[in-house]
Amino acid sequence: MEDLHKRDESWQIRIRGLHKSFGSQQVLRGVDLDIERGKINIIIGGSGQGKSVLMKHLMGLLAPDSGHIYVDGQDIIGLSDVAIAKIQRKFGMVFQYAALFDSLNVVENIAFPLLERYRLPKKEVLERVRDLLARLDLGRVTGIEEKFPAELSGGMRKRVGLARALIDRPEILLYDEPTTGLDPIAVRNVDQMIRRTADDFAVTSVVISHDMASTFRIADRIAMLHEGTIVAQGTRRDIMAAPHPVLKEFVEVSGTVAFGGAAS
Amino acid sequence: MSEPDPSSGAGREGAIRRHPLYWLGKAVLPLPSAVALFGEHVMLFGRALSWLMRPPFRLRLVLDQMEFVGVGSLPIIMLVGFFTGAVTALQAILALSLFQQQRYVGFGVGVSLARELAPVFTALMITARAGSGMATELASMKITEQVDALTTFAVNPVQYLVTPRLVASAFMLPVLSMVFNVVGLIGVYVVAILSYHIDLGQVLALFRWGVDPIDYIEGLIKAFFFGITMATCACYQGLSVRGGAKEVGLATTRAVVSTSVTVLVLDYFLIQIMNVLFPYGGL
Repeated sequence: MEDLHKRDESWQIRIRGLHKSFGSQQVLRGVDLDIERGKINIIIGGSGQGKSVLMKHLMGLLAPDSGHIYVDGQDIIGLSDVAIAKIQRKFGMVFQYAALFDSLNVVENIAFPLLERYRLPKKEVLERVRDLLARLDLGRVTGIEEKFPAELSGGMRKRVGLARALIDRPEILLYDEPTTGLDPIAVRNVDQMIRRTADDFAVTSVVISHDMASTFRIADRIAMLHEGTIVAQGTRRDIMAAPHPVLKEFVEVSGTVAFGGAAS
Repeated sequence: MSEPDPSSGAGREGAIRRHPLYWLGKAVLPLPSAVALFGEHVMLFGRALSWLMRPPFRLRLVLDQMEFVGVGSLPIIMLVGFFTGAVTALQAILALSLFQQQRYVGFGVGVSLARELAPVFTALMITARAGSGMATELASMKITEQVDALTTFAVNPVQYLVTPRLVASAFMLPVLSMVFNVVGLIGVYVVAILSYHIDLGQVLALFRWGVDPIDYIEGLIKAFFFGITMATCACYQGLSVRGGAKEVGLATTRAVVSTSVTVLVLDYFLIQIMNVLFPYGGL
């Protein structure tokens, strides 16, 4: 049997037998999932199938009833708050609607993780923020640094949220339904943003989504969460070649992808 | 088998409704959840208090909240304070004129302001202004996942959001209550001296004779507890919101109502306690 406690070059996160109930409601019923290092891993599933709950477990925000999550070979279940906080630094989270702090301006928002976690000179923090703004094509927006979230457009807010997630140089980026409620053009932009971020910053991306079109465009790996378990996982090619019945139904209803034509 | 008689069910239900135990049960049923709600408020307060002792200390957030609660509320407190003092003076003069003792107006209104009017009215006004603001802000932070975002940076939401509001409210309510006192007395002055031409010397002398520093201390202690109550209720309602924009509005309403009621009930018990602590032997 493979040793899950050792850092693995191809798998960054390995989830085994994760169970979680809220009261009498079983949300996760034994999730087994591997997240590939440096790739875009998309977890798809319908509403209320436990995607968000699974995501929160990854970051240690929720404790499971049973099961293990190994991040680089370290089991994060049952760690102390301090140890969890250390693990959390490997993660950056991009929220559905950015979740920028209303009372802080763009620079303060992006710098927030740095200021909370370390004692860095102000100049260095500002440099890192500006560098990141430039890399995310926000550098040339006039006066963006002093703007408050309410003054930004939806797309800009999303990128500022991404910048805040990236500022502490995470190894893993989590995206919570990044394309929900966007028009098709905006969806394409977000897709490109995720792809580019994965390539430019060499991060492992974990995306939870129910947007099939977007998933088949950008995913390297796809896993389907259904009724609290992973019913199918594999590379995009594998998944498309032999789709699980639930996935097939999901795709056919959304009417976006035709099976058979292999991944382009 | 014949079909069940539809009226028999209703009849049985009616019989149940007529039973006295049914009403007793109905009356007692909400009690456990009310106790649980109270307990949750106390727990939130306790957690906020425990973060007061542990670093990081967020002085800037406390000062921001002090500005919001205190400085921002000055105009409204001064306006309400002036008219409260003036109106109470008018009524007092009316009553005192029965005995030709209008010169007692400063004493009477002064004591009322110090012990009751200033702390309670301040608490109610600040609840309407700052308490509702806190509940709305926290509730919208909650539904837009800003509270979740805090936890992903290992920042405790209670420590970051609740503790500064609690500290600021506990300190600023006594201060505002004192402002209310001063402005209220100006209202008394305008009505009694300028409008009714009562002798200033006598009003002042009787005021100094009758109003004790203890009256002010009691008022300020009450304001301190009202501040804690307001911040706790407002933050609790804000952070326990679930759902969408409509819920934010409901949370705000609940925060204002629960604080106002709690303040008035708490007022009664605080008076009872302080009557024991500071026996009122003035007159």
